[in-house]
Amino acid sequence: MNNSIIEVEHLVKKFGDLVAVDDINFHVEKGEAFGFLGPNGAGKTTTISILCTLLKPTSGTVTLNGFNVQRQAHQARRSLGLVFQDPSLDIRLTALQNLKFHAHIYGIPRRVCNSRIEDVLKMVQLWDRRNDDVKNFSGGMRRRLEIARGLLHYPQVLFLDEPTLGLDPQTRFHIWDYVLELKHRENITIFLTTHYMDEANIADRIAIIDNGKIVALDTPQALKNMVGGDIITLKTDDNHTAREEIITLFGIEAKQDRDGISFETANGEEFIPKLTHDLNTNVISIGLRRPTLDDVFLKVTGHEMREENGGEAVDKRIWTMRQAGGRAGRFH
Amino acid sequence: MNELRGVYIIWYRDLLRFWRDRIRLFTAFIQPLFFLIIFGTGLSSSMALVSQQSEDYDYIQFMFPGVIAMIVLFTAIMWGISIVWDREFGFLKEVLVAPVSRVSVAIGKALGGATIATIQGTMMLVFAPIAGVNLSMTQVIPLLILMFIIAVSLTSMGILVASRVKTMESFQIVMQLLLFPLLFISPALFPVDQLPAWLGWMVRVNPVSYAVDSLRQVVLSHTEGGYPATLELFGHNMSVAEDALVILLFGVIMVTLAVRSFGRQE
Repeated sequence: MNNSIIEVEHLVKKFGDLVAVDDINFHVEKGEAFGFLGPNGAGKTTTISILCTLLKPTSGTVTLNGFNVQRQAHQARRSLGLVFQDPSLDIRLTALQNLKFHAHIYGIPRRVCNSRIEDVLKMVQLWDRRNDDVKNFSGGMRRRLEIARGLLHYPQVLFLDEPTLGLDPQTRFHIWDYVLELKHRENITIFLTTHYMDEANIADRIAIIDNGKIVALDTPQALKNMVGGDIITLKTDDNHTAREEIITLFGIEAKQDRDGISFETANGEEFIPKLTHDLNTNVISIGLRRPTLDDVFLKVTGHEMREENGGEAVDKRIWTMRQAGGRAGRFH
Repeated sequence: MNELRGVYIIWYRDLLRFWRDRIRLFTAFIQPLFFLIIFGTGLSSSMALVSQQSEDYDYIQFMFPGVIAMIVLFTAIMWGISIVWDREFGFLKEVLVAPVSRVSVAIGKALGGATIATIQGTMMLVFAPIAGVNLSMTQVIPLLILMFIIAVSLTSMGILVASRVKTMESFQIVMQLLLFPLLFISPALFPVDQLPAWLGWMVRVNPVSYAVDSLRQVVLSHTEGGYPATLELFGHNMSVAEDALVILLFGVIMVTLAVRSFGRQE
């Protein structure tokens, strides 16, 4: 309790008849990376806006670094850094001028101002472009600059609302690497929202949010354990018959979709030879994978996380890259 | 201390943007000349009346302070659009989530807009010789002070509207509705002492009238006999100091309303 930096009690936010946030409760510990995972429109941004004093809750209380965000908004603001989902730079000024504005308005001591600006700009690889107008920056560069700005005043809590949306995998990787390093070095609490699965994996704990409610909250590993073992996907000549065979032979609840059949089982590696031996239907392919947060989401909400699959390919690529780089352990 | 630094950086950003906008800088310099030529040559022929009023000054000299007031009015009140602009481009969020009070933000904006409006007005002073007006240092300094307090009150009026109006289009419409009565129901371009009573009262209610009157009294003070105080309030002819007091009072009300309105938005 004493160690909580964010405390949310019975938070409700209504927009007219629409209940965007529906009675949610959670605590975030100091120094923790806390992830909000959910589809677009689930209430992630609304919650973050309330936590950041930008929006007033309909009811409930939010405490940030010991300050009530409604009654002590001013003190709460000093403790937080924010990287918005929508751009919030002055595009008619240079990168340097944007950061100087931020440094002044956050009261960063003048003697550390320039060195910190240099640090963050080098981190996001924009130091060479510091005197260019932001209006000439690409989307990715603008985003990187915003992240640099959010870190400039070394906040107690750094809010990242879909911070890597629309960035290339390399930049995303680089940014998360730095955020985690900063968290480690300065003991900054990270509060992130995302709908990229691999990004949610960097969190120490994840709250899965759907339709304004928190449907699950735990460490990524514990959440994945909820799924109950490995996931086996199967393609056969006759998926319908094969599914019935699996149910009768092994007593496993298998699901059939247009790609084939999928089911969960413990010790998947040992199960596959048994399956191919016993099954009468001709098997075309078998796949085995560990449960992902996508599976967790499906399990707790009963529906897929996203309808469009745009981010999926990127997710897989960055994942492979990380494992190749030997960093998988750290991100898991 | 941090609040002061917040006010400073918001003011500084406004100036920086003004300075970096070369087209605006150019128009800032050209516009006064433009006004002088158009109004000066165009209206002076039809304003023989004014010239008959006094042998000490002609129409161009008469309307010169009116054009100064007009430029300060336009620049100051339209400055509110930078807030609407910042809201549209997201930058306002960066400002609103910062640990400075909304009061400081609004004051920084008011001072920024007022400084720019004063710079624009000062540009006009450069063209004084063209209008046949000779200004001494003892006139320029009071003029600068007057322009600045006029600009602060009018910028605050713009901020008041900008904190309520959310889109660029509606801001412009509201501003057009405000600007023209403020300008034309004032002594800026013609004398008002011969107006019918009902219009005369509207002139007295309009704060811009006192702005024009004070500027004109200072500008024409060098002429023999000076410009007679013609703006009458409760049977009393207003002096420069009294005009300034009215503008200050209006300014305090506008700044207070602007700060309150700006502070209330989410």
